[in-house]
Amino acid sequence: MAAKNKSVFEFSPALESAGHIQLKDQYELFINGKWTKPKSGKYFKTTNPSNEKVIAKVAEANEADVDAAVSAAEKAFKGWSSISGKERGKYLFRLARLIQEKARELSVIETLDGGKPIRESRDIDIPLAAAHFFYHAGWADKLEYAFPNRKTEPLGVAGQIIPWNFPLLMAAWKLAPALACGNTVVLKPAETTPLTALKLAEIIEEAEFPPGVVNIVTGAGATGAAIVGHPKVNKIAFTGSTEVGKIIQRATANTDKKLTLELGGKAANIIFEDAAINQAVEGIINGIYFNQGHVCCAGSRLFVQESVHDEVIQKLKARIENLVVGDPMDKNTDIGAINSKSQLETINKYLKIGKEEGLEMFQSSCSVPSEGFWCKPTIFTGAAQSNRIVQEEIFGPVLAVQTFRTISEVVQKANNTPYGLSAGVWTDKGSKIFNLTSQLRAGVIWANTFNKFDPTSPFGGYKESGFGREGGVHGLESYLKFND
Amino acid sequence: MQLVNRNSPPVDQVGIEDRIARVTARSIKSDMKLEGLKMAISMIDLTTLEGADTNGKVTQLCTKAQYLCNEYPELPSVAAICVYPSMVGIAKKALGKSGIKVASVATAFPSGQSSLEVKLLDTKMALDNGADEIDMVISRGKFLQGEYDFVADEISTIKEACGEARLKVILETGELGSLDQVRKASDIAIYSGADFIKTSTGKIPKAATLPVTCVMLEAIRDYYFETGKMIAMKPAGGISKSKLALHYLMLVKEVLGDQWLSNEWFRFGASSLANDLLMQYAKAQTGAYQSYDYFSID
Repeated sequence: MAAKNKSVFEFSPALESAGHIQLKDQYELFINGKWTKPKSGKYFKTTNPSNEKVIAKVAEANEADVDAAVSAAEKAFKGWSSISGKERGKYLFRLARLIQEKARELSVIETLDGGKPIRESRDIDIPLAAAHFFYHAGWADKLEYAFPNRKTEPLGVAGQIIPWNFPLLMAAWKLAPALACGNTVVLKPAETTPLTALKLAEIIEEAEFPPGVVNIVTGAGATGAAIVGHPKVNKIAFTGSTEVGKIIQRATANTDKKLTLELGGKAANIIFEDAAINQAVEGIINGIYFNQGHVCCAGSRLFVQESVHDEVIQKLKARIENLVVGDPMDKNTDIGAINSKSQLETINKYLKIGKEEGLEMFQSSCSVPSEGFWCKPTIFTGAAQSNRIVQEEIFGPVLAVQTFRTISEVVQKANNTPYGLSAGVWTDKGSKIFNLTSQLRAGVIWANTFNKFDPTSPFGGYKESGFGREGGVHGLESYLKFND
Repeated sequence: MQLVNRNSPPVDQVGIEDRIARVTARSIKSDMKLEGLKMAISMIDLTTLEGADTNGKVTQLCTKAQYLCNEYPELPSVAAICVYPSMVGIAKKALGKSGIKVASVATAFPSGQSSLEVKLLDTKMALDNGADEIDMVISRGKFLQGEYDFVADEISTIKEACGEARLKVILETGELGSLDQVRKASDIAIYSGADFIKTSTGKIPKAATLPVTCVMLEAIRDYYFETGKMIAMKPAGGISKSKLALHYLMLVKEVLGDQWLSNEWFRFGASSLANDLLMQYAKAQTGAYQSYDYFSID
């Protein structure tokens, strides 16, 4: 509410404990089932973005290390692709169960390393990661039913490069279908959030996967480039920025590498006057402030029908005052730390641009800790298609609000972007939903909800948001070749 | 009346359930929990609404209201005693100058199936006996028949009869069928002069729930945004555990804000909640759960 009285019913700290987790001070590369010192001889630090403290040192893989990993994967491919689908499924089921058993430890590490609220890593990231392995374990021995009357074969070695916003979940999205289809993998987690992938390597060891089936190499852009450029890699799957996606597409253009890209987005979230406004406001909040807005499918462009604009803005402003911003390890935190210093600089750059372009900026009155990287939930009102904060992906808790009058107008505006990953529609009228969704150029469209994910549902983009699908039957196609 | 041209906004049940899942995932610990338990005690309308109510039973309940737990004098007393009109005089006398209010159900509680004349007499009887608050029921049959003006007129007539007494309007949400209907009934009650909107009579199995309360709180908030006027809320029935009561307080805090967190603006209609709150409070103080026998039943 607008008036804020001091109440005695204020949040007390409710910290998740970190005493139970097991982390090493230094992590090596996971190649051919062994923890291997990097040939580069180099290590980099991974820090906790909520207090800037170093958590561990992690090996930096150079070209020679990547080559060793690819060779191990290539060697393991014959065995892995020739065992029965049922046997491969068993490994994946085992992996899924072990993730569930270690869910608490994994969610704490995810939160420490990446800054996301423990509530999200506990309730969303880790359970969904396990769900992806369970789901794909089920496909391993049913591929001939997924593609009836077609002869499928795995591709070989898959090079997979994943981002820092959902570290373990993205590893699961990539590994589960690749392994179920019989491929072997070299996976590179992002340099700011490598720890859960390395814990996953330990779990893969514990699950007694054959050596070389999964190799995990850590490092930054150069390591990723070495994977992309390696001649023995048959498939590249990348999730990350559109900028890097374009570089990868160029690098693989003259090769026979199969490529899928899941890139940036600038999703339109469209709210009509006949929507259940109070629930729509919750959905808008979830759509943009989930995971500090570090979500490629975040609903970062809000389109409000003019007749309800003032009501929606009033309610949004009241609602962000209720969001708890702070220590990601607190179970009541809604918005945690920005993942890295450089990402915070990017977000702040866009806040500055928004203000310079004359937009009205509203932020929660909350305070943020003095150490670490933070951004208060932010709303820009009065935005237009020509504003840069409307055109470019910010990847932070920043919402740009525009108004519209008619359906055709909002469809034009929503599609007037190089991106096309996701969109949201809020209306009480079913016919309007179907009318709109068939016109929106986006890979995923949510109606009267937002940010719902399920392993059975394919996810991917249009236009510069990438190509290829992950999840569902469609996601299997990216890891198979069809010999017919 | 403004109501005639005003359509209630739709309610999305899935969205409401998502919202409740978020609220119930909140972690209420240490100081917040203690303050919440105390606050919940201060918000209770300690209730007995039985055909078998006697002078003795009501007097005993009034004693409990005043002397909730001798061991913890820092605890507040409950907000009110809630009884039938025939018991208002007894309760008033038993409570004396304690400051605890007497609320009386009225208007052919719990079904409301009577004429306006009878309902007015019922209300008048409660008021004449000294009731501070009137808990009326709406005519659900008329509401479900779509006779919204009838329902609205009845509420405003009773409100007029109440004078200084605060009027709680019971929607009996368990009989309304959907959250959209709950919202519509809330809006009708608020725009017809309700001081409080209340979920249930406690006389049917489907009593207060968090989703229903969320919809009613949203109606209160929308009215506040439109007019600047605060309306109070009372979930009743089915709230007997502290944890659930704390979830309700969290919901009020998040939907309406801190200014609603007092017994002027929020009440629990409950009979057994008080003892569970006391037990949890004692557990927080002593570190161990006490025997039920240490807490007087009434």
